[in-house]
Amino acid sequence: MSRLIPVRETILAAAILVLLLLISSRFAGFIAPSNLANVFNDTAPLIILALGQMVVILTRCIDLSVAANLALTGMVVAMINVAMPGLPIPVILAVAVLLGAVMGAVNGILVWKLSIPPIVVTLGTMTIFRGIIFLISDGKWVNSHEMSPAFTAFPRMELLGLPVLSWAAIITIILFGIMMARTQFGRSIFAVGGNPHAAVYTGIDVGRTQFWAFVVSGALAGLTGYLWVSRFAVAYVDIAGGFELEVVAACVIGGISIAGGIGSVGGAVLGAIFLGVVKNALPVVNISPFWQLAISGSAILIAVAFNSRSGRTKGRIILKSAEATQ
Amino acid sequence: MTTRIAPAPAPDVSPIVSMDMITKTFPGVKALDQVKLDLFPGQVTALVGENGAGKSTTVKILTGIYQPNGGTIRIDGDPVVLATPDDASQAGITAIHQETVLFDELSVAENIYIGHAPRTRLGLIDKARMHQDASALLTEIGAPFSSHTQLRDLGIANKHLVAIARALSVDARVVIMDEPTAALSHKEIEELYELVETLKSQGKAILFISHKFDEIFRIADRYTVFRDGAFVADGQISDIAENDLVKMMVGRSVEQIFPQTNHEIGEEVLKVVGYAHPTEFADINFTLNKGEILGFYGLVGAGRSEFMQALFGITKPSKGVCRINGNIEVIRSPADAVANGIVYVPEDRGKQGAIIGLPIFQNITLPSLDKTSRKGFLKLAEEFKLAREYSQRLDLRAASLDQDVGNLSGGNQQKVVIAKWLATQPQVIILDEPTKGIDIGSKAAVHEFMAELAAQGLSVIMVSSEIPEVIGMSDRVIVMRDGRIAAEVEGDDMTPETLVRHAAGITTPTEGAAA
Repeated sequence: MSRLIPVRETILAAAILVLLLLISSRFAGFIAPSNLANVFNDTAPLIILALGQMVVILTRCIDLSVAANLALTGMVVAMINVAMPGLPIPVILAVAVLLGAVMGAVNGILVWKLSIPPIVVTLGTMTIFRGIIFLISDGKWVNSHEMSPAFTAFPRMELLGLPVLSWAAIITIILFGIMMARTQFGRSIFAVGGNPHAAVYTGIDVGRTQFWAFVVSGALAGLTGYLWVSRFAVAYVDIAGGFELEVVAACVIGGISIAGGIGSVGGAVLGAIFLGVVKNALPVVNISPFWQLAISGSAILIAVAFNSRSGRTKGRIILKSAEATQ
Repeated sequence: MTTRIAPAPAPDVSPIVSMDMITKTFPGVKALDQVKLDLFPGQVTALVGENGAGKSTTVKILTGIYQPNGGTIRIDGDPVVLATPDDASQAGITAIHQETVLFDELSVAENIYIGHAPRTRLGLIDKARMHQDASALLTEIGAPFSSHTQLRDLGIANKHLVAIARALSVDARVVIMDEPTAALSHKEIEELYELVETLKSQGKAILFISHKFDEIFRIADRYTVFRDGAFVADGQISDIAENDLVKMMVGRSVEQIFPQTNHEIGEEVLKVVGYAHPTEFADINFTLNKGEILGFYGLVGAGRSEFMQALFGITKPSKGVCRINGNIEVIRSPADAVANGIVYVPEDRGKQGAIIGLPIFQNITLPSLDKTSRKGFLKLAEEFKLAREYSQRLDLRAASLDQDVGNLSGGNQQKVVIAKWLATQPQVIILDEPTKGIDIGSKAAVHEFMAELAAQGLSVIMVSSEIPEVIGMSDRVIVMRDGRIAAEVEGDDMTPETLVRHAAGITTPTEGAAA
């Protein structure tokens, strides 16, 4: 029973392949490399946010404020760009990540120090963040013509044939792969979600770990905020409305246990890609995009049912003979 | 099989419940193999067996939680199917669990009558009658609280009384008590015994599950022994000796002999000065030397675990310092404690348990990651080396250290947890009730291991409520009472009488060790 072959990820990858084959039978152009690259690029924000959400869910929390955080950061950097068009992009990126991290830290502090349930905290901050966008923007839009060309061009810039937006997702995936497997923080995240009591006795501060998980999730939401606003060249109160649910859905489909402690970077990425493929394929094969909701919903239920079946305990090994044959 | 005792003649009465050839398999595992169990009216039957003998599975089958794969359950001679917990309750079978399954936010009366509350003609719950009936039941069992009390305000012993009242309220004929005394103090246990007598006199059949032999011989009329999921023997308690029962249970002869503790006691490792907490303990002063096993004895609620949690940095003491190897160290968090070489294996198995979802080697290295990291990155090779070293020392049986810890058997999981602590190379290891709720065979293994640790120069603090264990294992014993140290005894002064006297606060003018 080795974990050399992660069963869940393999099945999900196979499901994505089957989906691609089905789509290509109706529209062969969908699986052309250039189109697949487009689909990946379109899914990049979801991948980045799903990885942040994964860390939070692994610690037995949930972050519903990611989309609002994204929208608020996006608005702030857009307004900064309007006020100071000459500000270099690296500074904009730093501001976005920092601002997102601060909003994540607010969630984290409330969960850590006041022990408020994460769902309540982030439901509250979600509303507050959206409210703040309205306050700072007066409900007005920041449109493309007000933004500097450098600001809007950045995510589209191509490096080695892929746009920066795609690279952002790829780099995040690599960093998370290293973080989860090779750092103490990554290990603590699994320990806190797997058995918080045991984690305490091991010397891991459960609250502090959850706090940093929220900071990570917030920082990624901030990063995505800039990428989103610059890519679509518009910022307003309601951008990415409801996107937090899609992010949570990607995690759940990717096999991240909502009870914490179980999940993988590969799973979260595949979950996001699955949703991305569905979303991009439906218009191509002439299915109303409204079906997308039903399909993602079904995928979530199937994924959860599958996970709870495979995770069902096998009962204790009581007979000595049974233990010997193990 | 060493001993086979001919089944004793059954009592004149016929059993209320009779399980016959009951088999229960889980995928790939036989938890029960054609077992039989008879419960007679007005008699206490003790179900005896080591951990994993199938006792809990039997309880779950009797209460309709599990379905047997084969065999028959008869009630008053008629075969029945207990498909749901409700069926079991309709059949008059009720269980009082180790951890009482009650609702903290409801009143005592609501807890007693939940699911079968008396109704008014409109079908609403008849509160007045419910409280009236509940009060009558509580008086009957001598409960010292009212039916209006919130359950959350009651202690464990009183919660047990509520569970018993609930059993009586459904007119149960069969009462299953699963280790009911595990968390009770001496006085509370005596009260429970009286209650069991009351239930017996009312003609109820009682299934009593316990690891404590004195208890079994005190209140049981009959015994049934299971081993490894199979029936071994049953009969009258009066016809059997304690030793024979142990032999049947473990399938081998186990002597309750504690390992020779010929370890050398060295210099002072830990000195605790004036530890105090606003509500839980005060004036805790003691020293612990290298290679010493220091026992902490006291009644449940004497503040032993509370103090240990403060020493380990989980709660904050209001006063006091602790000196480790002669240096004053401040322990504000468990991480500080681990860094100072103190580790704590808590009482609660869920809390001390392995982290399911992490593979074996990651469980073992979890508290030692500082040692296996270079520049903030974990070195997997180093981790494997450390994990391999300690899993070999403990003879851990696993296909691979990369295996998920959840796939290991309970005993091997426990080894993973111990390996985890030893890998930190601690100086002081605190074991809180290390043998509570485990069978005699495993107990001996834990004791041996403890002696081995001390022989290697580790200092052990053992919190235990079992007098033979405290006396057999400790070099020195500190007795706590009401949050304070009542006495410190060593050598020949460590007698059961001395310990009990100090723990209970009986002040007899003897020259025994004074506080």
